[in-house]
Amino acid sequence: MGGAVEEPSGHEPQLQGGGLHGGSLLGGGLHRGGLHGGGRRGGRESLWLAVVALLILAAASTGMARAATVSLLNVSYDPTRELYADYDKAFAAYWKAKSGDTVVVNQSHGGSGTQTRAVIDGLEADVVTLALAYDIDALATQAHLIPANWQTRLPDNSTPYTSTVVFLVRKGNPKHIRDWGDLVHPGIAVITANPKTSGGARWNYLAAWAWALKQPGGSPGSAEAYVKALYQHVPVLDSGSRGATITFVERGIGDVLLAWENEAFLAVKQLGPEQFEIVAPSLSIVAEPPVSIVDAVVDRRGTRKVAEEYLRHLYSPEAQDIAARHFYRPRDPTVAARYAAQFPAIPMVTIDAVFGGWANAQATHFADHGSFDRIYGQ
Amino acid sequence: MRPRRVIPGFGLTLGSVMVYLSLLVLIPLSATFVRSFSLGPQHFWAVLSAPRVQASLRLSFGAALLAASLNAGFGLLVAWVLTRYEFPGRRIFDAIVDLPFALPTAVAGIALTALYADTGWLGGALASVGVKVAYTPLGIVVALTFIGLPFVVRTLQPVLEELDRDAEQAAATLGASAAQIFRRVILPALLPALLTGFSLAFARGVGEYGSVIFIAGNMPMRSEIAPLLIVTKLEQYDYAGATAIAVVMLLLSFALMLAINGLQAMTAARHAAA
Repeated sequence: MGGAVEEPSGHEPQLQGGGLHGGSLLGGGLHRGGLHGGGRRGGRESLWLAVVALLILAAASTGMARAATVSLLNVSYDPTRELYADYDKAFAAYWKAKSGDTVVVNQSHGGSGTQTRAVIDGLEADVVTLALAYDIDALATQAHLIPANWQTRLPDNSTPYTSTVVFLVRKGNPKHIRDWGDLVHPGIAVITANPKTSGGARWNYLAAWAWALKQPGGSPGSAEAYVKALYQHVPVLDSGSRGATITFVERGIGDVLLAWENEAFLAVKQLGPEQFEIVAPSLSIVAEPPVSIVDAVVDRRGTRKVAEEYLRHLYSPEAQDIAARHFYRPRDPTVAARYAAQFPAIPMVTIDAVFGGWANAQATHFADHGSFDRIYGQ
Repeated sequence: MRPRRVIPGFGLTLGSVMVYLSLLVLIPLSATFVRSFSLGPQHFWAVLSAPRVQASLRLSFGAALLAASLNAGFGLLVAWVLTRYEFPGRRIFDAIVDLPFALPTAVAGIALTALYADTGWLGGALASVGVKVAYTPLGIVVALTFIGLPFVVRTLQPVLEELDRDAEQAAATLGASAAQIFRRVILPALLPALLTGFSLAFARGVGEYGSVIFIAGNMPMRSEIAPLLIVTKLEQYDYAGATAIAVVMLLLSFALMLAINGLQAMTAARHAAA
């Protein structure tokens, strides 16, 4: 039996010295636990026993690293559910070995924008791991919960793993969809969500735009014309990526689903390769789901150190391997090499190079009167 | 001696009512108004005059009115059958009416979409005769009709049960036809409750989001409801723009409810006078 003293996460420094005061608290605990057998008059006696026990414990614990339990809340988006279920276990073991403390990570998943608004409105997230930088930017611009330069605090744009946009088609690819240009052929129905309400769909939109721009003679005008034609092949605009996946997979509507690579792999894995297959287009975009600590929250809760380590450890070979197992493309070159066979080689552009970052992309394409609104005649 | 009241003191009860209503309804709603004021009249108007917003408001209110009208007709029929006839399974049917109340609306939306999509049972049959339901405004009406049904049935049922059958029998002995009895005796007595049910179903339909979002297809200018545009604005962190649409929906709903209530008061007065 170790000298583990459970205490609320916020109070680590103060409780260290308060042995006697803490003694009465712990005495209560022991009292309930096992020393209550002494009958009515045993009350005072058991209190003394408890104090003695505590002194022994305190003496013992001065010799070893003091262990505490801390909790973290990771507010994330939908498809990372399985990834973080695994990573949280790995991190808890790592943190236990490193600091002796027990860390319990609670997860919250939902649409990326919805999750961001929850954090702005007061959900106490120690860390956020969302679908796009634009959402995390909102934590800085709308609520000043984090500094504006948050994305420079960790390597690789604060994005420990990436994905990209691919096509999910029905088995055998009956409509012969090979590349972006095939999506606007007559009779092809394309499923994607509304980029105004879905972060994932914004990456799809930008990938399509980037491809059109890179065609011979491509210009912003020709790209807009292509994307407009593409959306005329979209029969249903779901409000979120998961909704679009359901429309394609469960409802059986459409010939091709524009999807994040990790989601496409998951769909094929869960629903069986006999139903769907993945098509890699000739060009796509590096989809970066970035991560950040929420400074205002970690400083209030006293969890900055463990929260920072939680995110930094995402770049470790161990975590990179977990990400790759969940079909996210790892940043670490050795891990990437190990999983090279899993991911199709797709030439990719970045949002910074083609669109000048998220703030620009948002203003040009998705804000009111942006290019997406023009597609629908506004 | 003052007559004994069951509930103590008018002052106390009114006070509690005001606190309760303020906390639950008035304060949240006024917060919405205040937030939308941060826009300034010009920007406020710019949000509302956008063609996409106008199309969505027309769709939301139009579909809700249509669905509430359908429910007024069929809900009356359902309530009539459930109160006037004894048949095996009546209690089960009676309980089924409440299901749209209890079901999470997303479940209703997913179930209806699965049924009415081109690949679904009903949708496939309808598509073969050229009617598309899912992913069109018609699908929205279907979802809102489903959601609104219990409001009409449950407001009509107690009134139908209390309805004095002597009046119907008297009318029959005086030589009134069945149609005349329904139109001149039964309907006037039911009309206030029918209007209440109608306005409840309508109000529910205007604000409905969860079920519609799955079946609507959400195409801008065609099948995009106003609550979705509110969510869209929020997704862009445009809180003020979102509340602007919300405020207009509130005002429109309130005006319509007032009108329906006025109509109801009128018919009730006329019925009492007759």
